[in-house]
Amino acid sequence: MKLEDLRKIRERASKELSLRKGDARVKVVVGMGTSGIAAGARDVMATFLDEIATRNLADVMVTQTGERGLASSEPVVEVHVEGEPTVVYGLMTADRVRRVVVEHLVNGNPVTDFVIEVRT
Amino acid sequence: MRRRLDVLVCSGAACVSSHSAEVRAALAEAIEQRGLADEVRLVETGCMGPCELGPVLLVYPDGAFYIRVSPNDAVEIVEEHFLKGRPVRRLLWETPEARRIVEEKKLLPFFEKQCKIVLSNCGEIDPENIEEYIAAGGYEALGVAVSERTPQELIETIVASGLRGRGGAGFPTGLKWRFVAGEDDPVKYVVCNADEGDPGAFMDRSLLEGDPHSVLEGMAIAAYAVGAAHGYVYVRAEYPLAIKRLTRAIDQARRHGLLGNNVFETGFSFDVDVRIGAGAFVCGEETALIASIQGERGVPRTRPPYPSTAGVFGRPTLINNAETWGNIRHIIRNGAEWFAAIGIPESPGTKVFALSGKVKNTGLVEVPMGTTLRELVEGIGGGVPDGKALKAVQTGGPSGGCIPANALDTPIDYESLKSLGAIMGSGGVIVMDEDNCMVNIAKYFLEFTCDESCGKCVPCRAGTRQMLEILERITEGEGRPDDLERLQTLGETVAKTSLCGLGQSAPNPVLSTLVHFGDEYRAHIEEGCCPAKVCTALIRYEIVDEACKACDQCRRVCPVEAISGTAGTPPYRLDPEPCIRCGRCAEVCPFGAIRTATGAEEEHNVKAGGS
Repeated sequence: MKLEDLRKIRERASKELSLRKGDARVKVVVGMGTSGIAAGARDVMATFLDEIATRNLADVMVTQTGERGLASSEPVVEVHVEGEPTVVYGLMTADRVRRVVVEHLVNGNPVTDFVIEVRT
Repeated sequence: MRRRLDVLVCSGAACVSSHSAEVRAALAEAIEQRGLADEVRLVETGCMGPCELGPVLLVYPDGAFYIRVSPNDAVEIVEEHFLKGRPVRRLLWETPEARRIVEEKKLLPFFEKQCKIVLSNCGEIDPENIEEYIAAGGYEALGVAVSERTPQELIETIVASGLRGRGGAGFPTGLKWRFVAGEDDPVKYVVCNADEGDPGAFMDRSLLEGDPHSVLEGMAIAAYAVGAAHGYVYVRAEYPLAIKRLTRAIDQARRHGLLGNNVFETGFSFDVDVRIGAGAFVCGEETALIASIQGERGVPRTRPPYPSTAGVFGRPTLINNAETWGNIRHIIRNGAEWFAAIGIPESPGTKVFALSGKVKNTGLVEVPMGTTLRELVEGIGGGVPDGKALKAVQTGGPSGGCIPANALDTPIDYESLKSLGAIMGSGGVIVMDEDNCMVNIAKYFLEFTCDESCGKCVPCRAGTRQMLEILERITEGEGRPDDLERLQTLGETVAKTSLCGLGQSAPNPVLSTLVHFGDEYRAHIEEGCCPAKVCTALIRYEIVDEACKACDQCRRVCPVEAISGTAGTPPYRLDPEPCIRCGRCAEVCPFGAIRTATGAEEEHNVKAGGS
């Protein structure tokens, strides 16, 4: 092993530790209350995680939260981008998640069709 | 990769003792059952610090900190928190603050006031996974050292940093390196002293358990700097978990080409072996440790020659304490100026302490040098529990001394502690409250050193025994008027004439308590009174007539039938003659009607509920 090799290992391995750093640019919060889960939030969460991994978006953190009360719009997802208003999406599905990942997380344009609330 | 939660399960020895392994297994099962295995990862880490609250869990990225988790809580945590995102608040540390902590990622006061350098990885990475250590910047310092620096540059960096030995004596580390580097011998050794033997101390153990690679990296850098090709880590057999993780770390480092031949393909070779000691306190002394490494009986010898000239197998040997080794990589990476700016000029850097005794938050803490004892004990430690008054702080274990409460604003550094008759020592800090008898504490520590004396030199072997006999008779109420003077003279003689550090420092607990708590000794001798009501020979149990409800519980538990009475007809009677002062009656009395008393009878008014 040379010094460059060590640094390569570090680059690869530090992704493993990224969860413990908490320095994400984007935070995706999936509502995982009982009604959220019943409406398919598990699938929504899994799709987020898969898409983020596939696209190697190291600065995105996915976490979950409880019920916010708007059961008819579940699954609900909040997207916090550093320095921007929080966008809340409703009635999320795996397909919708894929669009949000590409258009909002990668390109920075919220998908207005799915937005139910914007909080500043 | 679908992972979204890292659950750090503290697997330091204290949490293991409180069944963290069962908690981990129960969590793993619950995670599996709910199909979260891809998303949640369990990581076993080294000691996180607050051992009192174990088993503890830290959940990332939200930073929820769970305490006193039992295997039965696993399902609830997994279902509510990991699945639904609702941290189980009843298990979070400092429940009223839980929301704030979770939402603002604020640190608990216990962590907020610390400065973790040596322990930066402890409780944060998996100590059995070298890649996590590398991800956290591990082995970069070694790589840079052997590829881009000369040995001379490295030694000068350590000298300039002002780092001093963390084993307790505080000898400048850089000078040691310079001495060994200056020896003209083709074979040299580096040694890690992890023979931590003080009662109440677990700094080295936690470092080896939580971040073994940091010690190995420090040793490898030194080996390159002083020209050694082989190293030993001397660790006691009482630390099986540390030995296991260290052995695994050595193995992984070898496989990655970070130990062994041709490290970083620079031609530099260095390998490490573990030497397991049987747990003799004297083997923490460097010459005894060297003898033990060589397979001989662990006894010290006179110095000089110092180990830097003639150490392991007669070769020049660089010995540093485990915590000292843990500092090296940080100094090499961040520079001498960075390190020198932490702490205070004469004692730069941080120090790891094992907080124990009568303090709310016991555990492992790291603070900058120069922090006051008050900040350590009352700030980080949370003060004395149950509203009791702090009486003294003992630093440095059996080699150290007791610092009275009125000196709590003393900054923690080698010289300040020494001026109070205590020492920095390796970092054990035992807090004592009003219920601790200082004579008894001194006796306890002296019993330890007397027991651990190797017997080679007379002052230590016979002197500590004599001192112990005097302390025994004082605590038994048979102290003689000239005993304090005798203790003082004996203590000073043992300190001056013993061969090694064990004997030289053994009288410290006695001498320091004589200075600061002389009145307590005199109360034992002159009044037959133990003010803290600890020494059984000097206390008696009494029934407070007006508080006694004649419930009969005390009579039933008394093993010597010293209590008599008829249920329903108070008061009961306690006969002091047969009483062996075991205290069972006071423990079971629901009305606080049994109290302890000491000294002459007429001085103490019987008060209901008093103790």
